[in-house]
Order: sequence, then C-alpha cells, then structure tokens
Amino acid sequence: MQPIRIVHSTFVPLPLEQVDTDQIIPARFLKATTRDGFGKNLFRDWRYEADDETKPKKDFVLNNPLYRGEILVAGKNFGCGSSREHAAWAVLDYGFKVVVSSFFADIFKNNALNNGVLPVQVSEGFLQQIFEQGPDATLTVDLEAQTITIDATGAHEQFEINNYKKTCLLNGYDDIDYLLSMKSEIEAFETARN
Amino acid sequence: MGKTLVEKIWEKHVVRSIEGGPDVLYIDKHLIHEVTSPQAFAGLEKRGIPVARPQQVVATADHNVPTINQHLPIREELSRKQVEKLIENCANHGIELYGLGHRYQGIVHVIGPELGFTQPGMTIVCGDSHTSTHGAFGSIAFGIGTSEVEMVLATQCLMQSKPKLMRINVEGELAKGVVAKDIILYIIAQISASGATGFFVEYAGSAIRSLSMEGRMTICNMSIEMGARGGLIAPDQTTFDYVQGRTFAPKGEVWDKKLAEWKELYSDADAQFDHEININAADIEPMITWGTNPGLGIGINDAIPTTETLSEGEKRNLKKALEYMGLQEGKAIKGMPVQHVFIGSCTNSRIEDLRLVADVVKGRRKNDNVKVMIVPGSQQVAEQVRAEGLDKIFEAAGFEVRQAGCSACLGMNEDKVPAGEYCISTSNRNFEGRQGAGARTLLASPLTAAAAAITGVVTDVRELLG
Ligand code: SF4
Repeated sequence: MQPIRIVHSTFVPLPLEQVDTDQIIPARFLKATTRDGFGKNLFRDWRYEADDETKPKKDFVLNNPLYRGEILVAGKNFGCGSSREHAAWAVLDYGFKVVVSSFFADIFKNNALNNGVLPVQVSEGFLQQIFEQGPDATLTVDLEAQTITIDATGAHEQFEINNYKKTCLLNGYDDIDYLLSMKSEIEAFETARN
Repeated sequence: MGKTLVEKIWEKHVVRSIEGGPDVLYIDKHLIHEVTSPQAFAGLEKRGIPVARPQQVVATADHNVPTINQHLPIREELSRKQVEKLIENCANHGIELYGLGHRYQGIVHVIGPELGFTQPGMTIVCGDSHTSTHGAFGSIAFGIGTSEVEMVLATQCLMQSKPKLMRINVEGELAKGVVAKDIILYIIAQISASGATGFFVEYAGSAIRSLSMEGRMTICNMSIEMGARGGLIAPDQTTFDYVQGRTFAPKGEVWDKKLAEWKELYSDADAQFDHEININAADIEPMITWGTNPGLGIGINDAIPTTETLSEGEKRNLKKALEYMGLQEGKAIKGMPVQHVFIGSCTNSRIEDLRLVADVVKGRRKNDNVKVMIVPGSQQVAEQVRAEGLDKIFEAAGFEVRQAGCSACLGMNEDKVPAGEYCISTSNRNFEGRQGAGARTLLASPLTAAAAAITGVVTDVRELLG
C-alpha cells in the first residue's frame, strides 16, 4: 500500500448523490481473479454508449478533458451498495488517491482505507463550495493535519479519521500485518473461550 | 445500565481494543464465494501464510454460476475460471466447498442458515454486503471487502469500530397480502437508502416476533440497503426450532449448553440505543420501488412522488432516476405493464417465499407478455420445491424454474433483463444496470411479483387473493 501524506491536485467533480458500487464498477467486470486493471471500467456504463469504448458519452465528466486530477469529488452516500472491493480498486487504478463526499457508505469507506485511498468526509456546504470551483481549481488534502483546503479561496475544513487508520495510511501499513503480529494473543483468546 | 444485544455479542468477541482505533474482533464463521475471494487467497500466497482456521470457513459458488445445465462445464470462460480458482483455493487450503453439483450448493446467505452453520450469538462475515441476512438468528453478521476476507482467512480476526446502535420497533398486525419484504421496503422508504449508515439495527416489536425465520432473514438481508452495517433480531423459540437438528447445528449436550447461552441473547430492558424508530405494522401496504435505489419505494396504490418541493440536489437525483426508469412523477404505478418477473435472490428465494408464490399462481396461468423466472436459493430449496409439488404449479403457470444461484439479482451470468424493459424482482437492488445494462427493476415481495406474473401489470395482490 502506498503511503499518503499530502495530496495537492485538481479534482474531478461528480455532483451526483447515491453513487452506488454497481455504477462504480458493474458486476460483469467482477470476474477477474487479480486486483489489476479495473480503472478502465470505472463508471463504465456512465462513460460509454452501448458498452462501446469507441463511443465515450461526451457529457460524462471522465470524458471531459478539462477535468482531471487525483481527487474525485462526489455527492452524498458515495459507494453505497455492494461490498465489492473492486470499486475501491477501480477508483485507485484510475488514478484517484482521495475521494471527497459529504457522506460515505461504510463498506466502501473501509475498502478505500484498506487500499490507500483516502475518503474525506466534508459538510454539505463545503462540498457545494468545491463544486462551484472551475476545472483549474486545486484542492489540498493534508492527512497529518486532517484538513482539506480549496486553494483559490483558502476555505478549509477539518475531516475525521480514526488514529489507527491514519497511522496506517501515513506509513502505508495494512491491517493484516498488525493482526499477524497478534497470533499468540488470538490463540490465547480461543483457548480461553472454549 | 443494561446492554444491547449487539453489545453482548460484541464484547464476547473482542480480542484487543486499540486505543483511538478499532477493536480486534474474533470471527466465528466465515463464508466465501467465487467473486470476492480470489484476490484474498492470492494475498495469502504472496505472504506465504496458510488459512488460519479452515474449519470455520465454508465456500460455495453462487454469483457467477449458470442456472441451467449446471452439470455441464460453465460456458463463459471468465466465469469458469473464477469458479475453478475457488475449487483450487479451497482444495489447497482445506476449506469445505459446496460447489456446483453438490447437494448443498446455493446462494451463500441461503445455505448458511439452512445448514445450521449460522447460529445465534456468533460473529459471521462474508465478502458480500447481504451477510446481514444471518443477523436474523441474533448474530453479528456483516459484509466485508476482499482485503478483510484476506485478514479473516489469515488470522480469523478483523479490525472493526464498534457501531452505533439503532432499534426499529414494528408493532401490531400486518394486513392481508403484506409480508416481511413489504416491512423492510417500507422502513427503507421511510428512512432512505442512507438512513442507517454507521449503525447496526436491531429489529424488534410484535410484528417482527411473529415472523418466521424466512421472514426475519428477508428483513435483516436488506439492512444494508439503508446503509446499516448489519441488522439483527433477538433469538427466540422460533429461532431455536429452526436451528435444531440442522447439519452443523450443535447436538446433544453441546446443544443444551448453547441453548442456555442463546436464551440470554436479548437487549436488556434498560439498554440504550443511539436512535430508535417506531413503526405501526398496520400502516404498511404492499410496497414497490419506482426508482434506482431501494429507498425509492411507495405503497402499491400510491402515486410516484413529485419533485417540486425538493432541494436542487435531490431533484436532480430523482429526475435522473425517473428518466432511467422511463417513469413520470405524480403518476400511478399500479397497472403499469412489466415484461419480466424474477423470483429469487438471497432476499426471497427460500421455500416459504416460493410457497407464497405458489399460493397466488395455483390454477392460474401467467400473462402472455411476461417472462417469469423462478430461481430457488439453494439445491435444498429446489429439492423441497419438487417434494411439495410446487414445481408442477409453476410449470403449469408457464414459469421457468431454474437451478440455484444469484442469477438475475445481479446479472453476472446469462440471466439478464434486456435494456429498457421492466422487471418486477424479489431481489434487493434496483440500481441502474443491476439486472443487466439498461434494465429497469421494480423491487417487490414474492406475492406482488406473483400477481404481476399473472396479470402482466403492476398489481395489488390483494385483488387476486379474493
Ligand atoms: S442473491 Fe444477489 S444480493 Fe444476494 S448474494 Fe447473490 S448477488 Fe448478492
């Protein structure tokens, strides 16, 4: 997992609410047995006409060359629906390091954190301020300070993340390393309850 | 102060509490399937570590499998490879697999309970969001991502923050023609598709108590559709009667000991919930969804809501949903023609669901303009259907009875709804493209689905029940 500290980038706006995991990565792309290559199918059915890569839908933001960057900004309840981690893999593989929304679905949030994608939850008002920015506007997300800033206006907000997860992301550690180090404690727990 | 049911179970499973972080939670049972497990096994191999407790894991192939000719090799190459990978991984790691051809094969959330693998007081996880189904037995059951599947395979533990707790009380008697699916669609319509995010939900009240285990599973199954981490119901005699005697259920002295423990599993009278909702069962009508998330449901006789009074954001969303569904605000939904009826999925594919359908269609024939597919949740359900002669009723009605699997619930195999066509489905998600690119899904109960199969239009089943 790649560590994250500061992400300073333009952003891709997706001002829709309830973006579910079937939109992020449709079920027919879940047949892979590796984690790679999901980025090209991110938002597949919103991106192309009739599932045809030669026919990008012009009005969809990923097909608009003006918008690019390492930060995806979406409306509330982003990532609702299935537990498919493929959704987080697709977001990461496409090149996003941060997703900003006013509300995240729980499982997506966990999956993102487990893959080094930082979910930044902001207030509805701040989210609207971001959406009002033009394509060249940049945002700065500082994980250490837990802040997100609209660089042009200086407007900023504090976001929450639990300490343990923060340390993991800053260092690029994952939970499995931690759990594996607890082997004897887990065994003792099992013995005690039987 | 008393404890909630969730707290009682949770506390018994905490191996370590991390300061300012999550708890390390011990997992009793782990269910796996072909779609969300291959990358987890690959991760273990990369680290060179074994599966920690293979005897606490059960596997099945359900999401990707065809529902006809299951005795033949899977035609679609990627699907076949994924299922083969599961077979290989289970063999390498000593995990019990109920794959195609096995008499226990079926949708993961149908077979867990039916085999008695699911029991009260447990922590149960699966790389699938509808794991909340198992909460019907009074267990903490929730869906996890593939990295977490890897964690549980590697250590039998998971890092989880203690959830907030919500209780939803449904009191009173249900009207005729109203079943468990209508209760949960009603609840989600009330609190929205994100209304329980961050919560574990305990369902309580006389209307919940009066449900069978099948009905309780339907309710808990859809907890995730309002954003909840999981949902659960305190176990009672109905639960114990269901579990007793099943393949993996405790036997003899162990049963007696377990039963005594299970009887302690309830929220104490003075337990505190972070949020509480009260619902009057008599207010619930047969429900149907008109939009593209499960919170967009209405009573069968209601009109599709209008968007005038909504905020800009909500308006944009509802208009997008209406456009995708090809529907108009303010119009009635009853009487609208449908082209497909899908009866199946981990929400409503158990024997009791199929009996409900049979009651409606017995001696009737489906409308000529509708294709009807019935997909039993497991091989055991399919066997029961045959034993009770329900298959004869369905065939006489012109329904197609398939073999067990997830099928058109998520359209990963060939069972899809064509673009632009309407499907009344007993499944749990009506997202854009869920049942196939461009497919338009209306979620409803098995009764409402059966009624539409007969009439070819959205119908209030009470008119057929006489
Ligand atoms: S039936 Fe549908 S919701 Fe249930 S596990 Fe299968 S795909 Fe998921």
